[in-house]
Amino acid sequence: MTELGSLSGWGRTAPSTATVVAARDVEDVVTAVTAAGARDDGRGVVARGLGRSYGDAAQNAGGHVLDMTTLARIHSVDGEAGTVDVDAGVSLDTLIRTLLPFGLWIPVLPGTRQVTVGGAIAADVHGKNHHVAGSFGRHVRTLDLVTADGSVRRLGPQGPDADLFWATVGGMGLTGVIVRATVSLLPVETAYFVVDTERADDIDDLMSRLSANDDAYPYSVAWFDSIATGPRMGRAVLTRGRSAVLDDLPPRRRARPLHFDAPRLGTVPSGLPPGLLNRVTARAFNELWFRKAPRLRRGEVQNITTFFHPLDIVAHWNRLYGPHGFCQYQFVVPFGAEAVFRRAVALIAESGHLSCLNVLKRFGAEDPGPLSFPTAGWTLAVDLPVRPGLDRLFAALDALVVDAGGRVYLAKDSRLPAAALARMYPRLDQFRAVRAAVDPHDVFRSDLARRLGL
Amino acid sequence: MIDALGTPQSLLLLGGTSDIALAIADAYVVKAPLRVVLAARPSPRREQAADALRGRGARVEVLDLDAREPHTHAGVVAAAATGGDIDVAVVAYGILGDNESAWTDVEHAVELAEVNYVGPVATGVALAAQIRRQGHGVVVALSSVAGERPRRSNFVYGSTKAGFDAFYTGLGEALREHGGRVVVVRPGFVRSKMTEGLPAAPLAVTPDQVADRVVEAVASGAEQVWVPSTMRAVMAGLRHLPRPVFRRLPI
Repeated sequence: MTELGSLSGWGRTAPSTATVVAARDVEDVVTAVTAAGARDDGRGVVARGLGRSYGDAAQNAGGHVLDMTTLARIHSVDGEAGTVDVDAGVSLDTLIRTLLPFGLWIPVLPGTRQVTVGGAIAADVHGKNHHVAGSFGRHVRTLDLVTADGSVRRLGPQGPDADLFWATVGGMGLTGVIVRATVSLLPVETAYFVVDTERADDIDDLMSRLSANDDAYPYSVAWFDSIATGPRMGRAVLTRGRSAVLDDLPPRRRARPLHFDAPRLGTVPSGLPPGLLNRVTARAFNELWFRKAPRLRRGEVQNITTFFHPLDIVAHWNRLYGPHGFCQYQFVVPFGAEAVFRRAVALIAESGHLSCLNVLKRFGAEDPGPLSFPTAGWTLAVDLPVRPGLDRLFAALDALVVDAGGRVYLAKDSRLPAAALARMYPRLDQFRAVRAAVDPHDVFRSDLARRLGL
Repeated sequence: MIDALGTPQSLLLLGGTSDIALAIADAYVVKAPLRVVLAARPSPRREQAADALRGRGARVEVLDLDAREPHTHAGVVAAAATGGDIDVAVVAYGILGDNESAWTDVEHAVELAEVNYVGPVATGVALAAQIRRQGHGVVVALSSVAGERPRRSNFVYGSTKAGFDAFYTGLGEALREHGGRVVVVRPGFVRSKMTEGLPAAPLAVTPDQVADRVVEAVASGAEQVWVPSTMRAVMAGLRHLPRPVFRRLPI
């Protein structure tokens, strides 16, 4: 099945048109990849999952896009080894629902469950436990990749194909199409988390609290106020926790400890006007979010959605940003660059651009993929609706981040200038070398690849 | 590619020595690294424009374009695309002509029709083919308020712009499903080399003002803009005036 479709990322900016092909089995993928190579028109093909990359990673103007969500079988669960063997189009949401009854848990979960396994590998997503668990790619035992020559290769993190494996992890779909993977799992006793919540008065307070005892918590993240300036700049709410054991649960929940709560309260309609997120509503939201959090609360039991994925409660929340869409800016700067980090928070707060979903976290050690985003240091993400002048704020942030030896996250990016990429990813040449060897004719193309000259 | 904030990486100027086209290039070149293709008749002015853009950091290519050779336009667009996708193309060439000779002298009348309408149609067809191939792209078509209602003092020019405007408006509809967009720009009187020596009309603007509106429109997704924006209301009014009143107006 093929059709011409207009595609954009989760930020709903810069759409482009491509021929969309549904991948129902591996054979479909091989056929599409071979055909793209034969066309030789420079437009190529790229895989797309659930479209949660914010920018242009899973769109391919004038070329073909493989819809991977139809390649979605869970092949087997190995309880003994603690692994699951899945097609790339399986969503983490489906996987959680399937695995929880067996007391198994996905070791790395990003801020939404609505991503595919293939997408999680290609973007090398991270979660609240990056400081202890690393990113998603570290938990992948094998992956099956359809490469430009039309062959299906099984790759692992070690061995002769390790270079291609790690270039594929975080490689944004440009080394081939991931069709299947085996992922390590963690045992859990319950579907709940024991959470400590505390408020920090400003950015310095926040960073010192995180530095003091973050490693005591497997899961840690902070929401911060991106609008308040002056002495309250960077005031924040920290939520940190661990997976709950049976004894942590209140008696009424012990009967079904692995019950998965995934409430969905509604869907944001399409066609909303611009400007819903304005000075007044954004300020009110930031104020409310800060104040609704307790100053300090220990040991609260929360379900998966509340702790991990509050945004999944409302479908299509990206429509709230209006017809012009929004950009997420996520960067990391190394430990030691705290002054730069503070300066970046100040730049955002003073810019007049408004963000409500502001996340801050300490990353652990760098992951092995050459295009993998996380490196040891401080990361911050803000969602900013597209408005005139936003390019100037981003350019200023880019300059700060590059000078500090940091980088931005390609899965979130939709506007980075090509020249900045090499300075942010020092191992870019290593990635390019692997890609040149496995895909010499650029069969795998995306708008992101064109924009960044990848 | 045009990024999320509407900044292109490449710009094709058809009529690459037009003041408005060059003002658009100037507006973009300060934002991000830019590849500019200047398609125009060979002239010292074209070389000066290319050098000036290079001086501002743009990567500049130069192509020959003759508005009155419509069958060559596809080749020009294809040549411009060999260096990569065309993110934004500006159809900027045109002549004002002399109205009195244009409605009495067939040569001049045909020249206006060819340069302002036949040529742009051929250019538009070539650009559309390129946009269908690449799955994205914005065409900026420099129309004129003169096309909205013909007036005695320049109706030949106005008639060519009316056709131009209708063609590009329709082309925008046709390209929607292919990922393309056309921005039809309707400036009033622009103080440029085209209008040199003419007394400025009310609401006159500069090429830079037109360029700013174009940049805004490319970023916002607009498909039709007037410069200045008040011109929209003015023209809406003028369009509906009874003829006996309209012809008495000093315009």
